[in-house]
Amino acid sequence: MPESVATTPTPNPSPQGGGAAATARPSRLFRNLNAKVASIPMILTAMVVFVGGTGWTILHSFTNSRLLPRLNFIGLAQYERLWTTPRWLVSIENLLIYGSLSLIFSLLIGFMLAALLDQKIRFEDTFRTIFLYPFALSFVVTGLVWQWLLNPDFGIQHVVRGLGWESFVFNPLYDKDLVIYGILFAGLWQGTGLVMCLMLAGLRGIDEDIWKAARVDGIPMWKTYLFIVIPMMRPVFVTTLVIIASGIVRVYDLVVAQTSGGPALASEVPAKYVYDYMFAAQNLGQGFAASTMMLLTVAIVVVPWAYLEFGRRR
Amino acid sequence: MSNPGTLAVAVAGADALRGSFDGPRGPKPRVTFSRRNIFIYGTLIFAAIYYLIPLYVMIVTSLKGMPEIRLGNIFSPPMEITFEPWVKAWATACTGLNCDGLSRGFWNSVRITVPSVALSIAIASVNGYALANWRFKGADIFFTILIVGAFIPYQVMIYPIVIILREMGLYGTLKGLVIVHSIFGMPILTLLFRNYFSSLPEELFKAARVDGAGFWGIYFRIMLPMSLPIFVVAMILQVTGIWNDFLFGVVYTKPDTYPMTVQLNNIVNSVQGVKEYNVNMAATLITGLVPLVIYFISGKLFVRGIAAGAVKG
Repeated sequence: MPESVATTPTPNPSPQGGGAAATARPSRLFRNLNAKVASIPMILTAMVVFVGGTGWTILHSFTNSRLLPRLNFIGLAQYERLWTTPRWLVSIENLLIYGSLSLIFSLLIGFMLAALLDQKIRFEDTFRTIFLYPFALSFVVTGLVWQWLLNPDFGIQHVVRGLGWESFVFNPLYDKDLVIYGILFAGLWQGTGLVMCLMLAGLRGIDEDIWKAARVDGIPMWKTYLFIVIPMMRPVFVTTLVIIASGIVRVYDLVVAQTSGGPALASEVPAKYVYDYMFAAQNLGQGFAASTMMLLTVAIVVVPWAYLEFGRRR
Repeated sequence: MSNPGTLAVAVAGADALRGSFDGPRGPKPRVTFSRRNIFIYGTLIFAAIYYLIPLYVMIVTSLKGMPEIRLGNIFSPPMEITFEPWVKAWATACTGLNCDGLSRGFWNSVRITVPSVALSIAIASVNGYALANWRFKGADIFFTILIVGAFIPYQVMIYPIVIILREMGLYGTLKGLVIVHSIFGMPILTLLFRNYFSSLPEELFKAARVDGAGFWGIYFRIMLPMSLPIFVVAMILQVTGIWNDFLFGVVYTKPDTYPMTVQLNNIVNSVQGVKEYNVNMAATLITGLVPLVIYFISGKLFVRGIAAGAVKG
């Protein structure tokens, strides 16, 4: 997006800036002074917090800081320890399972719902409102509701058993192997509405004539979707993918609310690891190393995308 | 929304699932009960029920007494409606030593959200305006950093900000949290405002310049009055985003100043005492009510907001 600035002509009054013209030649620094002063918060945020803060954390991930940050470098020791800690490995495994499944299913469900809503149906607004409302709710609320629905003694398992199926087992939140899928349920409930919205916008951007042409040629609808519409929507898919992926890496409150990382660390995620080591275990160095790994994960997703999306136009 | 009639259609639709999704044959079908329509509406209604169930269960559970919850099933409507759980969740539920319910968290959240929304929008709108109309050398570099920064996981920047706030003496205060929200709201809001101001006709800006209006004059007398819709979008985005925040609340505030989401989590997930599921669900519902009301009132504007704010994740 930033690159579009270069190509679109924007009004740039700075040459005539300072308009009063009473002074002979205002120095470069004071030209357009108001805009510069007004941008100070943005400049501070960008340079101090985003660049400075990130650099500071990466730098301190190579130290043995414990209770307080200290510049006592110990090379890659924090990373070595990180990748031999079972809890971190479980966190990464969970992130991979949760992330890949959540990507696949939210794209699939989101696209399906959008395609159905795009069939010139009645009550479109009502359906859209229903599909999207969970997105307005916080992850904490989402996690707590699903904790209740998946409660083995009162929730879905209990209800189905009450119907007569006594041996029915649906107890993901208390099963070490299934707990991450229980979180996935809640995550999908909360997030697919957004994907549907983005997909619907993408579908609406497809020229009506394409549909007419496909119909004239007698191409069945599913083929039109699969071979014409979806390839045309590539940018929408890619953007959605990046948005979901960068959200997945941050997943934290959902897990805290729904399972608190349990049972027995089975649903830990990296963001929780970072928080616990920084603020509970007083082991800052581990926290910094783990958060740097998170940054790296995001970079692996975002950098190729940014390159493809913006780099090519140059 | 979910009346008994829709259930019947959902059952009818389930049969149609077996029929293949052939798409339209010929021109727009006029028949109301074609197989295609039954499939479409059946699937949509089935999905709608899935999305509505948690909200329904939340409401129903919060209106039951504990004895009824222990005996009955979570989907059955309450036999005897009681508002006691709501009262208890609001006024007397305990977190640690405080037993004044969610009301404390609610007012904390209000005191966090209102200034955060105002401050972040004020900063970001002026930023966007400067970027759209008064670009100076280097402005785009800072803007690019800001947008790239929106993708950096918060965990990377949390601790440096703790240090900055501690140096300013604001760590653990509501003021500090307001600053944090303004910082992290800046990328997306600046983008939103920059794009909006760039789309306004250039002549307007030029005419005002010719008439001698300066940076602030144009902002307050021309740009502001012309862009009320985008301010509303930004407000919706920020109010729901900040209200729903958990991570910053838990990092930058103390138990006395915890926002509602953090307090809710502490109430529901506390290990001491007998679990009162009806109170828990009432508390959950109360916390979700503010963003839900905004969502249902704002409708299309909310969609616009999240389409712009999706980057925030």
